[in-house]
This record gives sequence, C-alpha cells and structure tokens, in this order.
Amino acid sequence: MSMQQQVLPLPGIVAPDTGHYRGDHLLVAEMVERGSKVLDVGCGEGDLLQLLETRGIDGRGIELSREGVNRCVAKGLAVVQGDADTDLINYPDDAFDYVILSQTLQATRQPRVVLENLLRIGRRAIVSFPNFGFWKMRIQLLVGGHMPRTENLPATWYDTPNIHFCTIKDFVQLCDEINVKMERAVALDMYGRPLRVNLPWWFWNMFGEQGVFLLSRAEKGK
Amino acid sequence: MVNLQSIPSPPVHTEERAHEADHPTSLLATFGADQPLKLDCGIDLSPFQIAYQTYGELNADKSNAILVCHALTGDQHVANVHPMTGKAGWWETMVGPGRPLDTEKYFIICSNVIGGCMGSTGPASTNPATGKVWGLDFPIITLPDMVRAQTMLIDRLGIDTLFCVVGGSMGGMQALQWTAAYPKRVFSTLAIACSTRHSAQNIAFHELGRQAVMADPEWHHGRYFEQGTHPHRGLGVARMAAHITYLSDAALHRKFGRRMQDRDLPTFSFDADFQVESYLRYQGSSFVERFDANSYLYLTRAMDYFDIAADHDGVLAQAFRGIQTRFCVVSFTSDWLFPTAESRARVHALNASSARVSFAEIETDRGHDAFLLDVPEFFDISRAFLESAGKARGLTGRPA
Repeated sequence: MSMQQQVLPLPGIVAPDTGHYRGDHLLVAEMVERGSKVLDVGCGEGDLLQLLETRGIDGRGIELSREGVNRCVAKGLAVVQGDADTDLINYPDDAFDYVILSQTLQATRQPRVVLENLLRIGRRAIVSFPNFGFWKMRIQLLVGGHMPRTENLPATWYDTPNIHFCTIKDFVQLCDEINVKMERAVALDMYGRPLRVNLPWWFWNMFGEQGVFLLSRAEKGK
Repeated sequence: MVNLQSIPSPPVHTEERAHEADHPTSLLATFGADQPLKLDCGIDLSPFQIAYQTYGELNADKSNAILVCHALTGDQHVANVHPMTGKAGWWETMVGPGRPLDTEKYFIICSNVIGGCMGSTGPASTNPATGKVWGLDFPIITLPDMVRAQTMLIDRLGIDTLFCVVGGSMGGMQALQWTAAYPKRVFSTLAIACSTRHSAQNIAFHELGRQAVMADPEWHHGRYFEQGTHPHRGLGVARMAAHITYLSDAALHRKFGRRMQDRDLPTFSFDADFQVESYLRYQGSSFVERFDANSYLYLTRAMDYFDIAADHDGVLAQAFRGIQTRFCVVSFTSDWLFPTAESRARVHALNASSARVSFAEIETDRGHDAFLLDVPEFFDISRAFLESAGKARGLTGRPA
C-alpha cells in the first residue's frame, strides 16, 4: 500500500537511515507520546515504525504487500500481513494508544469504515493522506484536462491503488459526520514542510500537498 | 476377475525397528525414576528416554541454541542421513552451513517426540515393567507432554533460554506450546504452517487414518510385534490419505495431471494406471518401512487434543499476554490443513494482545508440505527473522 514502490534487494538487514525520514513521518512521530503503543496500518517497508522505535514507542504494523512484510520482518519489526479493509475487525477495542494510517486511506475500499475502526481500536488515530485539492492537482485537471499525476502519486488512473481520493475539506466533513474530534491538523507543502498554522482552511486545501490529522473520539452528543 | 493390485508389501523390518526404538542411532538422554515425565493424563512416565541429534556448536554463554521440533511423521534426523532409510535429513534445505538455520552460527537441537518410534519412549519401546513392547499400554500423550519432555532435555543440556524454537505443522504447534507454557525460556519462535488448535476437519482426517490402521487384521489390537507382523496396509492407506491433504489440487495437477504410468492406454483394471496412483502407493509403502503404526495412532491423537486457547479460558490472547518472545508465523496460501485466513485472524488477535508477532503469508501452490520444500521466499523470511532476532539477542557470527 505504500505509494512509492521502492525496489530493494531481498533479503537484507537495512540499517535505520536516521537522517532521511520523510517529513510526514517526522510529524506523525512528533504527535505520538513516548512509551505508548502504536499500530501502523499500511506500514509499507516499516520506515515509520523504525523511527517510532528510536523514540521508545512500542510499534506494530499491518501491511498488505508481501514484499513489504518481508522487508519489515528483515528489519526486526513486528508486522502482520493484512488488509486495512478486512482485518481491523479482528482487533479488540482500545488495544492501542494510537493507530496510524499513513498515506493509505485513499487506497481503502471503505475509508469511512476504516476510519471508524481506527478510532475503535486506538484511543487516538493519526491519519495522513494526499490532498486532492492541492493546486497542482487542480491545474492538471482544469488546464491539462487529465487525471492528475505528481511525483508522489505517479500512477496512471487505470493502475493506481488509490481509489478514494479526497481533499482536506472532504476529510474534515467526514470527521464531522462520524463524530470524530480533530485534536490537531497540519497541512504539509510540496516540500514536506508544515504550512503556517494561522492560515484559513481554503488556503490549506489549496496549498497543502498532504494533510496530517490527530483524531480522537468526540464526546457523545456533541 | 479384474486385475487388482494393492499397496506393495515392503519387507517387515520388525527386529530393526524394535532395535531403533530402544537403542537409537542417536544421542540419548535417559531419565530415571527420580525424574518422571508428568503426563497430562495423570500418569508419571518413568523411566523414559529422549533420542536427539545436534548440529553446530553451543557458544560459551549458551545463547545460540535453536530447538527444531519435527512434524507428525518426522524424527530427530533433521540434517543427517537417516539410519533406517539411508535418505538425506528431512530439513537439509533449512538446516546446515549457510542455510537459514545456519549450523555455523547456531547450535541446533532436534529430539524425537515422546510417543515417537525413533528412540524416544513411545508405544514401540519396550515397557521396562513387562519386558514387552508397550503397544496400547502406553499412556495417551499430548503436545504439552512432548514439550515438557523437551524442557527436561534442554535442562540436561544446561541451556536456560532457547534462542529460537522452530517447527512446521506439528512442530510448529510444539513451538507455539513452548512459547505459551515457557515464555521466559524462548527468545524467539518461528511457527510454520500450523495453528494454535487442530480443526474439526484435521481431526476427521486423523480419525480416517487411525481407523485404516485398526481395520488391518495385521494390527492385532496393537500387539503386532508379538506376531512378527506390521499393519502395513492400514498404515499405508492412512499415509496415502494424509499425503493428499499435505498437497493441493493445483500441485497434484501440475505434477501428475491425468498422465498414465508407463502405459498409453487404460488397462481396464484396478492397477495403478495413473501416475498419481502410483505416486501415492509409493508414499504409502515407503512410509510404513520406517514408521510404527501404533506411534501413528498416538501422535495423531496428541495433535487432535491440541488447543492452546482451551487451556486459557478459551481466549487465545490470554495465553500469550505480556510475553516478550518474538514471533514469526509463516503460512502458505495453498495449505488447506492450516488455512492462512484462520492463522491470520489469530495472529491479528495476538498482535493486539501485546505479543510481538510477525506474520508472513507465502504464495505457493504446493500446499501444506511447502515448508519441507525449496521455497526461496520462505527461506529468506526465516533467515531474516533469525538474523534480526540474533541482533536483539547479541549473537554475532560464529560461536566464540
């Protein structure tokens, strides 16, 4: 489910590359309290889990692709081959402090159900996804007249695993609809840097290449 | 009358087999009256013995020991020529210098299970109280009994914590039992093509096998030793049926299709016209040469009784709660004895319960037996898992 399919030789112990963590991973890691227990759904090749482990966080992963799982096992990570759409149901309530869905929501068949499961299994959820409202996307559709493709989303419309794209605005609406509380929201620009906090939503929706949200369950009735 | 051909009768090596059961061509650990094996059925088995093989060297701080647990019809001869069949060890693809279970790095131990027939005490052994073969007087044993016996062997070898317990099928069940019952003594667990319990379908196949053995008149209610015979037809049929369950439809089709055996036309008889028939008959007859029929009854029964969750109020996660052992569970997509979907659901539950578990599903059409075959992706995962666990354990290269 990782968006960038890197081809690494198998097998091999890959040393943690401490200097080159992705911007969204650093941001996610910063949202997680030390000593907590984390489930990373769609953990790819385990880069985020490795980063979390360096911070004393007990991380577990689920990954759809066999190659991804194999590489995670080679790194000594605890990763289970599985599917966000079908396997989250096997996890009990409140099993984790945080459940992370990093760049995977758009590839699930039922994003809404997945999101509900995240917040059932974890006390908090951290969700990051590519913003389809990003100006480069809009221009490609508006001017080019074709489905947008970017460096981070290079797949063509007919072979993309990403079947449920949304904008930051769409995601905020879904959160409202299913009674999810947004504790933190950050938009990252095309260089992976956070946009300034005091900007209006429409600006984020236009200039954020991806959104990262820290979510919790809203109080009943609100 | 239509030409009829049953399973070829192999020579009955009664003497040789009886000798191997009591005086194995193996290392031997004997446990006297002061060290009985406390069985789940309430009986103390004493005296008893465990036949085992080792490969590689134990390092100075005894931290590189791997216990390999064998499957239903396996034995301790993992990586050496089998003393009875003269064939290569059953897991030489996995165990040896430079193999995933690298004998240049690890000290590998494999023991014949209690109830087996290759030198550990079982129904084919001589009952010291009577001087005769145990036969059906041997008490019923369970998977936890087998593992309890192995802990006594590991104690005898002076090893406190095993670096890894590895096994496929019934061997994987033992690995899981080790981890659930003695978590502090198991640093890592590699459980392959197995489950935390035996399913109804698996019990059904075992019952079929047992009934085939018992229906053979040569069985003599388990006292065939005294008659100088062996129920090779019944045991052969049991093996043939079981062997089908170890393969898959796709693998059988690829290997044999509807091809004929040394002929172009059907013979209009019950001769082995098809290659697949000939293959199965061969599997049946070569198995009965080396395996004891009563032992087959006892070991299949032990697998049937296996259910880790049942020993923990029906909650599997309870059995593994709070343990520090690193797990790697491997399953094969075409394994219909231990279907991957079932393992996967359980592994997710374990993952949530706090056990540190990895689960890899290997795509292959070779069925349950894939764990014994040359499946590179499986070797890669095993190697990588052991290497990463070795790092965590502080193992570096060759034992000092």
